[in-house]
Amino acid sequence: MIDRDEVLHVARLARLSLSDEEVARMSGELSHVLEHVERIGELDLEGVAPTSHVVALENVLREDEPRPSLDRDRALEPAPDHSAGAFRVPSPGA
Amino acid sequence: MSELLELTAAQAIERIEARELGADELFDLYRERAAAEELGAFLSVAGRDFPTAGEFEDGSARSAAPEGPLAGLPLAVKDLFCVEGVESTAASRILAGYRPPYTATAVIRLKDAGARVLGKTNMDEFAMGSSNENSGFGPVLNPWDRSRVPGGSSGGSAAAVAAGLAPWAIGTDTGGSIRQPAALCGIVGLKPTYGAISRQGMIAFASSLDQAGPLTRDVADAALLLRHMVGADPCDSTSLGLPEPVRDPTAERLDGLRIGIAPELASGGMEGIEPGVDAVLRSTLETVEELGGRVQEVSLPHSGHGLSAYYVLAPAEASANLARYDGVRYGRRAGDGTLQALYERTRSEGFGPEVKRRIMLGTYALSAGYYDAYYGRAQRVRTLIAEDFRRAFEDVDLVITPTSPTVAFGLGERTQDPLAMYLSDFFTVPMSLAGIPALSLPAGMSEGLPVGVQLAGPAFSENRLLDAAHALEGALAFDSSAARG
Repeated sequence: MIDRDEVLHVARLARLSLSDEEVARMSGELSHVLEHVERIGELDLEGVAPTSHVVALENVLREDEPRPSLDRDRALEPAPDHSAGAFRVPSPGA
Repeated sequence: MSELLELTAAQAIERIEARELGADELFDLYRERAAAEELGAFLSVAGRDFPTAGEFEDGSARSAAPEGPLAGLPLAVKDLFCVEGVESTAASRILAGYRPPYTATAVIRLKDAGARVLGKTNMDEFAMGSSNENSGFGPVLNPWDRSRVPGGSSGGSAAAVAAGLAPWAIGTDTGGSIRQPAALCGIVGLKPTYGAISRQGMIAFASSLDQAGPLTRDVADAALLLRHMVGADPCDSTSLGLPEPVRDPTAERLDGLRIGIAPELASGGMEGIEPGVDAVLRSTLETVEELGGRVQEVSLPHSGHGLSAYYVLAPAEASANLARYDGVRYGRRAGDGTLQALYERTRSEGFGPEVKRRIMLGTYALSAGYYDAYYGRAQRVRTLIAEDFRRAFEDVDLVITPTSPTVAFGLGERTQDPLAMYLSDFFTVPMSLAGIPALSLPAGMSEGLPVGVQLAGPAFSENRLLDAAHALEGALAFDSSAARG
């Protein structure tokens, strides 16, 4: 069971602010889904290696040659606010 | 006009190449249908919401003599794919108005082969859903019965193809998002081997699972579209392409082919499977044998745990991938004051309820103290599921299951119960976790609605899969014309 305090803690980690109603609903729904998910607890997983990725590839490298990348102005264009060639946000200290 | 709508994409290309049909005539026919549609399948349409190909540069008419093997055919593109200059939102309000500065590799390849983007299709927000009801821009209606869902998350692509609003479409599949809507709409949907197609320019959901693929009227069209999507891409280091070219499927028989049925992925393994769906699966098995194939039982002992593992792994990856929507680089921004408040308001107002639920679930599963119990365990279950398939494919060539436990369900029927919605993916998720190719083929009807069966094969067995599906398709002779009515 995920209680209200846990929901609020996780929401803070995820940078979501939830209404009281969302917190109450989330607590019930997440608990319900986790109950189902916890069935994997029945399995004996001793000695089983984890799979993070199905493709057996590592360190795909290329020559370190300079080449044109996305134009700065094009990259800034979709931003809600930009200034002097950079994304603009309120001061983190504010 | 209705005669042109009955052409598959491959048939239309033949007519265009023989100069019996103009590429622009066909494009305009579909453009008008897509612009006038009432299913909610399209979020934007060429000519209405963005310029058609060729009009970008000089405002002149479109290409008169289309080049390339796809002959200027219109293509419906799931809104998850970035297309330069065309609004691309993944059906999320947090990306409303976003016009990407680049195009997804899969779309570039198709355009290079001569396809033209007809429109962007509706979907569940960030591909999270099995009914298309999680779209930030309204649901999609199933063309077979407008009171029902088309499935999801590629619901707009599936409905558009089924209803004859597009000759074919591309979608993406993370846990069933191509196959399940294809089944519910009575069309063919293929999720290729993980890595066959570049993910560059696909708006990320769960990166170790996401894979693009075709949604088409028939198996030959699926092979044709797939052929022009696959390939390794330096911009996606997990892309490999396929070891051999995609062939035109020609098989009419299944002689010598061993097809496995697993009790864990049939009526024995799941309570919620509808009798009508089970009946179509059983009669398909009879057809397999009539065509010379051999049906034999295989064991996939851990596949019943696939859904549990998936609903840890996919939300965990999503919670990390969706951290980028912070109101800084693209999309909408809400709130002022502190930076922290800006992040929180932007995300709380921009994301819909299912996306928030998955971010919460994933963040919880990755948080200190729970990581091993959830994420670590789920990764180990994923290993067991992949090993199950590897073992099964020592005895059989392909595995067959239902695609979805039910036919298309009613709009609103499952929106209040997330777990009931998640169970739609019971049969499709194990193949996603194992990274293997799987195809949904319309195989019959139940309660007046289409039923799909799923064929899955070992990694990189796309040609075998397409050939077997082609033989079955010929014998089953599924009639999809009612949906284009």
